[in-house]
Amino acid sequence: MKFIALAAAAVFVAGTASAQQLAPSATLDAIKARGHIECGVHLGLPGFSFANDKGEWTGLDVDYCKSLAAAVLGDATKVKFTPTSVQQRWAVLQSGQVDLLSRNTTITFSRNATLGVNFQGINFYEGQTFVVRTKAKVAGVKDLADATICVAAGSTEEKMAADWFRERNLKVTIINFQKNDDAISAYDQGRCDAYTAGVGALAGQRIKFKDPAEHQILTEIISNDPQGPVTRWGDERWQLVVRWVLNAQIAAEALGVTSKNVDEMKAKSTNAEVRRLLGVDGKFGAMMGLSDDWAFNLIKQVGNYGESYERTVGMGSPLKLQRGANALWTKGGLLFTPPFQ
Amino acid sequence: MKTAAPPLPGWVAILRQRLFSTWLDTAVSLLCLYVVWRASLPLVDWLLVEANWKGESREDCTSRGACWVFIRARFAQFMYGQYPVPERWRVDLLGLLVLFAGIALSWRGLPRRKEMAIAVAIVLPPLGIWLLHGGFGLKIVETREWGGLMLTLFLAIYAGLIAVPLGILLALGRRSRLPLIRFASVVFIEFWRGVPIITVIFLASLLLPLIMPTGFNVDRLARAVIGLAFVIAAYMAEAVRGGLQALPEGQVEAAQALGLGYWRITRLIVLPQALRISLPAMTNEFISLFKSTTLVLIVSIFDLLGIAQAALADPAWVGMNMEAYVFAGAIYWFACFGLSQWSRSQEKRLQVAHGR
Amino acid sequence: MNAFLLKFRDRKVRDIFWQGLASLALVAVVVFFVKNASDNMMKAGIASGFNFLWRDSGIEVPFNLTGYKPSDTIWALLWTGIVNTILVSVASVFLATVVGFTVGLMRLSHNWLLSTLAAVYIEFVRNIPLLFFVLFWYFGVLAALPTPKESFDFLGIIFLNRRGLSIPTPNEFLGFRLALAAILVLIVAQFVLARWARARQARTGQDFPVWIAGVVLCGALPLLALVAAGATTSWDQPILRGFNYRGGFVLVPEFVALFMALSTYTAGFIAEVVRGGIQSVRQGQIDAARALGLTPGRIARLVVIPQAMPVIIPPITSQYLNLIKNSSFGAAIAYPEIVAVFMGSALVATGQAIEIIAITLGIYLTIGLAVSVFMNWYNARHKLVTR
Repeated sequence: MKFIALAAAAVFVAGTASAQQLAPSATLDAIKARGHIECGVHLGLPGFSFANDKGEWTGLDVDYCKSLAAAVLGDATKVKFTPTSVQQRWAVLQSGQVDLLSRNTTITFSRNATLGVNFQGINFYEGQTFVVRTKAKVAGVKDLADATICVAAGSTEEKMAADWFRERNLKVTIINFQKNDDAISAYDQGRCDAYTAGVGALAGQRIKFKDPAEHQILTEIISNDPQGPVTRWGDERWQLVVRWVLNAQIAAEALGVTSKNVDEMKAKSTNAEVRRLLGVDGKFGAMMGLSDDWAFNLIKQVGNYGESYERTVGMGSPLKLQRGANALWTKGGLLFTPPFQ
Repeated sequence: MKTAAPPLPGWVAILRQRLFSTWLDTAVSLLCLYVVWRASLPLVDWLLVEANWKGESREDCTSRGACWVFIRARFAQFMYGQYPVPERWRVDLLGLLVLFAGIALSWRGLPRRKEMAIAVAIVLPPLGIWLLHGGFGLKIVETREWGGLMLTLFLAIYAGLIAVPLGILLALGRRSRLPLIRFASVVFIEFWRGVPIITVIFLASLLLPLIMPTGFNVDRLARAVIGLAFVIAAYMAEAVRGGLQALPEGQVEAAQALGLGYWRITRLIVLPQALRISLPAMTNEFISLFKSTTLVLIVSIFDLLGIAQAALADPAWVGMNMEAYVFAGAIYWFACFGLSQWSRSQEKRLQVAHGR
Repeated sequence: MNAFLLKFRDRKVRDIFWQGLASLALVAVVVFFVKNASDNMMKAGIASGFNFLWRDSGIEVPFNLTGYKPSDTIWALLWTGIVNTILVSVASVFLATVVGFTVGLMRLSHNWLLSTLAAVYIEFVRNIPLLFFVLFWYFGVLAALPTPKESFDFLGIIFLNRRGLSIPTPNEFLGFRLALAAILVLIVAQFVLARWARARQARTGQDFPVWIAGVVLCGALPLLALVAAGATTSWDQPILRGFNYRGGFVLVPEFVALFMALSTYTAGFIAEVVRGGIQSVRQGQIDAARALGLTPGRIARLVVIPQAMPVIIPPITSQYLNLIKNSSFGAAIAYPEIVAVFMGSALVATGQAIEIIAITLGIYLTIGLAVSVFMNWYNARHKLVTR
């Protein structure tokens, strides 16, 4: 009897304590109430977010949203995707139609400062380059002087290309299209000498050309565009979840936890960080208001960052992108995660 | 504009009279024939003679003409978008119901036709939303999975359902005795008539969520329907106003003398006649609404044209632009042409009825 | 209570009551929306106000007549968009009217083949969404034109290719300003002449060849003035450099495609208006004119057109207004008009949706109002005094 009372008291104390610790999160409450995450993605960018003819979404950015669903709701399938154009994305996020954007959006100062959005980390280092016709005999970007370049309006690529040529006193004509696909088909029809976008995006978009063999992607990169998930201002606990789900994806790769060995690691691993990540020690999930096996679920159901990369844009995909800057910092790349301590 | 022609017998005479009456006429006719010949030959060639009809993939399209294989492979998507396959019977059922109701109501011999029409107008729209969207026992299909022709028809019909009553109210408001109501109606009508539909769709998709209370989300598709409905309501109002103006003043005065109130006069005397007169004009506004629905693709709603463009982005079917646009364009054309012919026949009947 | 009900029977009281109620509801709705918007924006941390108009735009506009550069302000960008909208609208209104009248008259031809062709054109155009036309013309135009290296070459000074039509521009404009002034003077002279001729005809019944005089005055003389101006200045000549022709002025394919799409589409509607207008002239009028021995040209000019115009002008005005609004379809093919540069590029760059949409709507309403006022004035002037 005494034991039960004590236990009840302990539960009560623990309950109030955790309730006091946790800041209220309207977004998390709404997600749990409706039973799925609303994720804003790109209209259609093979490798990153692309719906096949059955309406199933795949890609690196899509995988991130699935991981988030696995972490928050315990089921990677409990996520719904809203395709957004370059123009719509901010309004869709600001007005609360989606919980987050995960759509190849470059982190910039003015976006962060004036649009009421926060960037929660980097899941892809994109580098801007150009695609040209092979018979135009272009070796480097400088050879594009006096060229006409097609680009999606309002993208960072538009400004970057304009700045790059202006700095070097080269004249180019830049044509702004409202959608990526419009710019691509205009380039394909011969309206422009080049189309500019990120290396990763181009690897996927190149298959949209009538004859991919006639085109060549330049190896020279004129920028480094870090991209990652975006949330609204406010609701810090939701921002925390979004940030640390991405960190968990990367940490899992760094710690060697994969979807195949995650059960074994959870049972046997002696590495303290792995044990905290997988919820064996430390109760990290509860601190965010999630279950303690949040990271276990996302690794088990979606895989770590490396697995996701290989499957969507890497060697296991038609895009065949090298890891490059997107390898872990220990392997010569730029990806890293703060420690799970 | 020659009216009385000498009655020459036989088709030769008719030809001579209509095509070759003077040397100038002959030259014009020959030129026309040449133009038709030159234009239609490659067209027919591409559309039919050299076209590819059988096969599964892009590789099966070997001859020079159109690759209709693409349309066949993507046909279901053009019709339903991403609507889940096991649930598509619901769309078909609704289509059949609408078709049946339309045929039944246009049959003049139907007993109690007016009451039936009102009953259909009350029952069918909510029933349609239930069938398409689900709930109450049916699996819910969210609007983001809708697409293709079905979405285009939904947009046009539901926007029309809002626009017609709203347009009638606005037209009445514009002729109201009360200056404030008149002013508000005029401002509403002229505002929505004055702005391009692209901006209205932007307005509905970007601004509507901002001016709603937090946590109150209007569905994406519903926003587009509302935006389109407001614009078309303004145009409908002008069409109805034309009908109202055509009514002789004496009718209203006579009704007033009988002691009828405003709403009864409007309902029993003014509207039945005015609506009949303005029906052709209203149909034309509906046609332009139907054509305007293509613009929703700029806010990533995949209507018929949007689905066609999405299908073009599929790497397996690169370069099928002409086929996709010709197919989608033909659907629009037949729908709009059919409606406009119907509206013309209504107009003719009206003229006969009025003995003009 | 009873007294109130009694008073309510009074029409005036009732009117005031309903109007008060309606205005209250209207104000309540507006306040509700504005409050929500300001709350939402505060909470979301979205910048507001119109200061963004004076920020640097940084957006490239390849086709502009205003001398706009990416280092200019967003205000200058908006102005460029407005000028481009007006440019394509004016050009299309002109061509649509010409084609529309031609097809409308063809439709009335007694030659069966000609009128059927016109009917096919009208029915084809009217029943297909404009977006199809815009896309068709754009990709059709691009596919039909050669690459810059294989450009069509007119006398070695004008070049046509997929990047547009490159034409030389004068380095000095003084001569052209003078020529322009000369043209204005001649137009005024033509007006005076026309008035004098009309007055003389009314007085003496004698006719004066105003049109021939007009062609000489307003056509031939300005042409001479322009040629003279062109001969005295040096020219900025398009030259193939690297990928493209540089120098001179480039008329981009986006403009051509939008211009052709708007013209051919609107012409179908104008043709129907023209047909209706001409058919509204009673046959008896024409028979009477013929009986008086007037030539067909004169019948058209003096009898049919003056009576058809009042019927034609109001619906043709609304077609012009539709055309202006439809120029927003340019956004679909990267023609830099208001919607593309301002509601598109500038909106993405600044994120200030409410301000930008409000300004855009305001501009269209202003342009529409201006056209309506002008056409009403024109119609009032051309109304028949009789009947």
